[in-house]
Amino acid sequence: MSQFTVEHLKALLEQAAGQDADAPALTADTLDSSFGDLGYDSLAMLEVASLAQRQCGITLEDEAVSDADTPRKLLTLVNGLITADAA
Amino acid sequence: MSARAVVTGLGVAAPNGLGTEEYWKATLRGESGIGPLTRFDASTYPARLAGEVTGFHAPDHIPGRLLPQTDHMTRLALVAADFSLADAGADPEKLPEYGMSVVTANSYGGFEFGQRELEKLWSQGGSHVSAYQSFAWFYAVNTGQISIRHGMRGPSGVLVTEQAGGIDATGHARRHIRKGTPFVLTGGVDGALSPWGWTAYLSVGELSTREDPRRAYLPFDADASGWVPGEGGAVLTVEDEEFARERGAGRPYGEIAGYASGVDPRPDSGRPPVLRRVIEQALADAGLGPRDIDVVFADAAGVPEPDRIEAEAVTAVFGERGVPVTAPKTLVGRLAAGGSALDTATALLALRDGVIPPTAHVTDPAPGCAGLDLVLGAPREARLRTALVLARGTGGFTAALVVRALDGPWPRSA
Repeated sequence: MSQFTVEHLKALLEQAAGQDADAPALTADTLDSSFGDLGYDSLAMLEVASLAQRQCGITLEDEAVSDADTPRKLLTLVNGLITADAA
Repeated sequence: MSARAVVTGLGVAAPNGLGTEEYWKATLRGESGIGPLTRFDASTYPARLAGEVTGFHAPDHIPGRLLPQTDHMTRLALVAADFSLADAGADPEKLPEYGMSVVTANSYGGFEFGQRELEKLWSQGGSHVSAYQSFAWFYAVNTGQISIRHGMRGPSGVLVTEQAGGIDATGHARRHIRKGTPFVLTGGVDGALSPWGWTAYLSVGELSTREDPRRAYLPFDADASGWVPGEGGAVLTVEDEEFARERGAGRPYGEIAGYASGVDPRPDSGRPPVLRRVIEQALADAGLGPRDIDVVFADAAGVPEPDRIEAEAVTAVFGERGVPVTAPKTLVGRLAAGGSALDTATALLALRDGVIPPTAHVTDPAPGCAGLDLVLGAPREARLRTALVLARGTGGFTAALVVRALDGPWPRSA
């Protein structure tokens, strides 16, 4: 995977924590909302991180994941690691 | 507060009916939920019958966000809780969050979920195990998920006493009400119909290995050959009577009038099983004598020796054929903690409608059980004010519950 996109993250969140039609969805407007406000608790983020590591072939530190508390921050974190791996 | 604990809502998820009235109608019609296992290929196992809840499509009932973190039996518990709250006409958002508790019983936890994650652990490695395994397998998970979903923050807990659990949880719910928490969801839902769970059931050594669903589970019958496991149970809404009246609840099914529990002595101790004493204590707790009990819902092990022990205890307290005895669980199998919760719901429905559902498939009581007035063949109409529910769990756990219909009009004056 060369780029971890919003669509990738959306699919990963759904796989990790499920989705409902009436739950807040990941869109361009919610990129800076906290995962907590989007309905993802710490355990859900643990599952998200676990899936992201396997699907992107990267290693995520627990602290880095808890600091990446919005979709935009998590995308930046993951893409930074993918780029570093590729370099 | 009156501190009288009344049952205002019932929620049933049973192998012969999803939903309280669906279950009750099926039970009175004698419709069995026992059949060949379909959840997994059981063809190589010695026992192959089970009571499975059919027609349950989880996404129809459970929010998508809860699906990745719930075992099948937890989904059934969440649905039973929804049914119970709807039946009670209670909206948790309008009730005090610290005035609502959840006390459920469970015996196995989420076996199917746990098995799936253990398979990942061994075949793919630890990084593939779901983070939700941390709680989805756990006995307390039904209480936790119900509590979180409905914002019920009062004192909550789980009881693990196998078949006795549904009664022990209900007895504990009454304690919470007496201590001032006016609204409690209780009962229990169980189920472990996966290969790993099935192996655990088989280890008890009491499962019937018969193929005919009508001849596999015959408690108190001369042809008794063991029991059939089932999944499901019931969630009861139990409230302080005055609280229920003030919030405008409909007429309660009845009150939790008496409760007692005990644990059997070691089989080689020479001391008798505790069932008789537990029955007597539950009656005393209710302030009732044997003649005041209108029907007994039996534990109904389906194994000759425990069947005889139960028949002797009931006969010792009530006399020869002194009270009608029934075991409608012959239509669904033994649901562990869910079983005595379902029996309690069934007893309350019997009080409401003045009818005793029969013990299905049993035709020829064993000589040691001849002292029981078993309700066989068809429902028996009767004027019912009180019912006694019995449960004996694997490991010696024993519990008895007395439920009593309310007198007079509802709402009562304060």
